[in-house]
Amino acid sequence: MLDGTGPEWLSEEVKTGTTIIAIEYNGGVVLGSDSRVSAGASVVNRVMNKLSPLHDKIYCALSGSAADAQTIAEMVNYQLDVHSMEIGEDPQVRSAATLVKNISYKYKEELSAHLIVAGWDRRDGGQVFATLKGLITRQPFAVGGSGSSYVYGFVDAEYRRGMNKEDCQQFVVNTLSLAMSRDGSSGGVAYIVTIDEHSTEEKVILGNDLPTFFDQ
Amino acid sequence: MEKHYTGSQVKGVSTGTTILAAVFDGGVVIGSDSRASIGGEYVSSKTINKVIQVHDQIFCCMAGSLADAQAVTKAAKFHLSFHSIQMETPPLVISAASVLKDLCYKNKDELQAGFITAGWDRKKGPQVYVVALGGMLVSQPVTIGGSGSTYIYGYVDAKYKPNMSREECLQFATNALALAMGRDNVSGGIAHLVVITEKGVEHVVVPGDKLPKFHDE
Repeated sequence: MLDGTGPEWLSEEVKTGTTIIAIEYNGGVVLGSDSRVSAGASVVNRVMNKLSPLHDKIYCALSGSAADAQTIAEMVNYQLDVHSMEIGEDPQVRSAATLVKNISYKYKEELSAHLIVAGWDRRDGGQVFATLKGLITRQPFAVGGSGSSYVYGFVDAEYRRGMNKEDCQQFVVNTLSLAMSRDGSSGGVAYIVTIDEHSTEEKVILGNDLPTFFDQ
Repeated sequence: MEKHYTGSQVKGVSTGTTILAAVFDGGVVIGSDSRASIGGEYVSSKTINKVIQVHDQIFCCMAGSLADAQAVTKAAKFHLSFHSIQMETPPLVISAASVLKDLCYKNKDELQAGFITAGWDRKKGPQVYVVALGGMLVSQPVTIGGSGSTYIYGYVDAKYKPNMSREECLQFATNALALAMGRDNVSGGIAHLVVITEKGVEHVVVPGDKLPKFHDE
């Protein structure tokens, strides 16, 4: 199967060439991702939700190798469940990010996945952590995946402190739409998750409902 | 602009670069950063001007090896001035772009360069042409190039509007260059911009400390 005969996509590694983004606002976080999973030049899943729950109010966004990312998310989901039973209350976002970081750092040679961890906890409100290659850093917003390169300029220019929930959601949707239109490995639909003290809301925005820009 | 072989794959001094050009209502803006580096390790010049004049109202920028840039634009300048003497009229912007395209296509094995040509002519007014790596020639209202351009695709797609005013377009170009220089470690220095309209040509230089700053700076 994993040889030169047969269709190409059987022998190519499955990657979530991706665009993921998470942003914090006063009272919560918004996470967003595209939905394309590619194996070489083929799209093997065009509707994958790359926003994976680690706990009720903590999600992570997956990028890089699909298998590695999903495995890390499942392992951390399990470890967080045990941890939250031990402490008797909901875990902190920082704890979830630290668990992800521990795995990413220990197996950094073998794994090639980058997870952004974001969520809400009672102690520090909405938080976003980047865990690239085993570091952990809290940021007001984080972007990742192959499509993120194309939108660094846009997010640098458009991000302002003190945005409210609706502004953040619009910011995430605009960024995803721009990245999806330029990156061949990102596309499909946009998944948005909004987490705050009261609720965790998941939303899907279909391809033709995404914002368009001057040349489309 | 001297050649230093450091054993890296890049031959000679290369412009890790950000270049762009955009059409506005009545003219074009073409601009670039000013850093020349060797393999991304050493900045060999902080203030080089990558916007090169090939005729009175036609400028071009190149992303790629500096040596190639100089050689190709010198050849293009010669062809164009000869052409304009023969035709007894200033050359069209598309002629300038075609000259560059021919040079790129015929030497595609040796050259690794992409060009942006922008200018004004009496037939079609302000235009921007891009010659891509293998020699494809395409006209676009706005275009970006160089290693730093990756980071501003989203910004340019979102913020460019057709028929902007001169000031809006200048601000757009300066912002885009500043954002790219902020993220790309082989682009930097000052922003060189040239505004070309029917009336003539104006150079705008924005030094590093006057570049727009964004939220995290």
